[in-house]
Amino acid sequence: MSYDTALTVFSPDGQLFQVEYAMEAVKRGLCCVGVRGKDAIILGVEKKSASRLQDVKTIKKVYQLDHNLCMTFSGLNADARILANQTRLQCQQYKIYYEDDPSVDYIAKFTSQQQQKFTQRGGARPYGISTLIAGFSNNKPKLFQTDPSGACSEWKATSLGKSAKQVKDFLEKHWREGLHEKDALLLTTKALMDVVESGNKNIELCVIRKNECWFLNENEVEELTKITAQLQ
Amino acid sequence: MGGNKLNNFKHGTTTLGFVFKEGILLAVDSRASMGSFLSSEQVRKVIEINEYLLGTMAGGAADCQYWLAYLANHCRTYELKNGSKLSVAAASKFLQGILIGYKNSGLSMGCMIAGTDLSGQHLYYIDNDGMRLKGDIFSVGSGSTYAYGVLDNHYRYDLSLNEAVELGVRAIYHATHRDTASGGVVRVYHIHQNGWTKVHDGIDVVDLHYKFAQQKGLVGDGDEAKQRLF
Repeated sequence: MSYDTALTVFSPDGQLFQVEYAMEAVKRGLCCVGVRGKDAIILGVEKKSASRLQDVKTIKKVYQLDHNLCMTFSGLNADARILANQTRLQCQQYKIYYEDDPSVDYIAKFTSQQQQKFTQRGGARPYGISTLIAGFSNNKPKLFQTDPSGACSEWKATSLGKSAKQVKDFLEKHWREGLHEKDALLLTTKALMDVVESGNKNIELCVIRKNECWFLNENEVEELTKITAQLQ
Repeated sequence: MGGNKLNNFKHGTTTLGFVFKEGILLAVDSRASMGSFLSSEQVRKVIEINEYLLGTMAGGAADCQYWLAYLANHCRTYELKNGSKLSVAAASKFLQGILIGYKNSGLSMGCMIAGTDLSGQHLYYIDNDGMRLKGDIFSVGSGSTYAYGVLDNHYRYDLSLNEAVELGVRAIYHATHRDTASGGVVRVYHIHQNGWTKVHDGIDVVDLHYKFAQQKGLVGDGDEAKQRLF
């Protein structure tokens, strides 16, 4: 009997194959990186155009969830859009119930709960994405990772998708506590450039500060990649 | 349930709260009346939601007790699930959300939510119409007009704790003196950055009456010439 076609069936050795396969989809997705600094968190993600005819700069893979909360992902693009919209709605609903902004912890838990729901439901499949959620809570920067199984954990720096291992090794060597925004930005860019094909048009970067998010435009990314290349 | 709230004598109570430099002071009476029948002189109108939040009760006792206990439950669950406490703003907003859902179904509540959180001590007024107000001075109940008179006369932000307690006690006493639906004992709580403290568990307003009278030089011997006002 095959244990991998139905979501709600455990295999004899305790695995949910559909969830495992979803994580495989993530592993084959485009690379994304998150780096936590002292006063900012940087999210960087690889973009790939389907052909020269597609306008790469209109692909936005870092989603703004709230005025100082952002999310990026590796895996299925469309799943990310749906999950981001659900989380955006939850951010606003939280404000209606509680007046305060939701903490990053709360939103990360909410996102991972949504992903977990679809590991226990018949007739549906898990979300094929792992997300990186970045923001500030109590003036402290936080970076969370969620995956298709519904697990949620906090990270200092991490990477998802293709070449994630290579990027994580690089981050392990070079990340340190208390990075300033500029250094964290350079670190993220360097980590991405090592694995992304040909250049700056294929990278999207976002800096999350205490009260705002800065989405780097094309020129700013180009400048940054030039500086990073010189630092080799 | 709209109309002139100040004359809505169904809320047979006086409760008050004000923010000052040492935190927040809450003072309440303890009388419950069913029409002209005094059902109790020992009601507890300050509900201890948790170690950092207090609620006052005015209007329907059952409604206040139940929904404040529900709020307590929700605060605790949130704390366990999320690892951080709900702020006073959040807790009061949550209660407002519940009461708006029951609007026009006959709930009767005029509560104050007072507490301390990471951003300081805060005082909110919530009622069954779904109104939520943040403020520095509130008094709720049939005796509130009398309490406001005393409070507005002597309130200053830089009161010391003792002065604030004295003010709260006096305001409740004056309300119980003139409002038939308020009376019993005065209970006083103080909210500060470490939570709340019960300052007075019950000072009998009859004792207060004679104490204040004596301060004015009225000793009850009928000799009006001796009267001197402060």
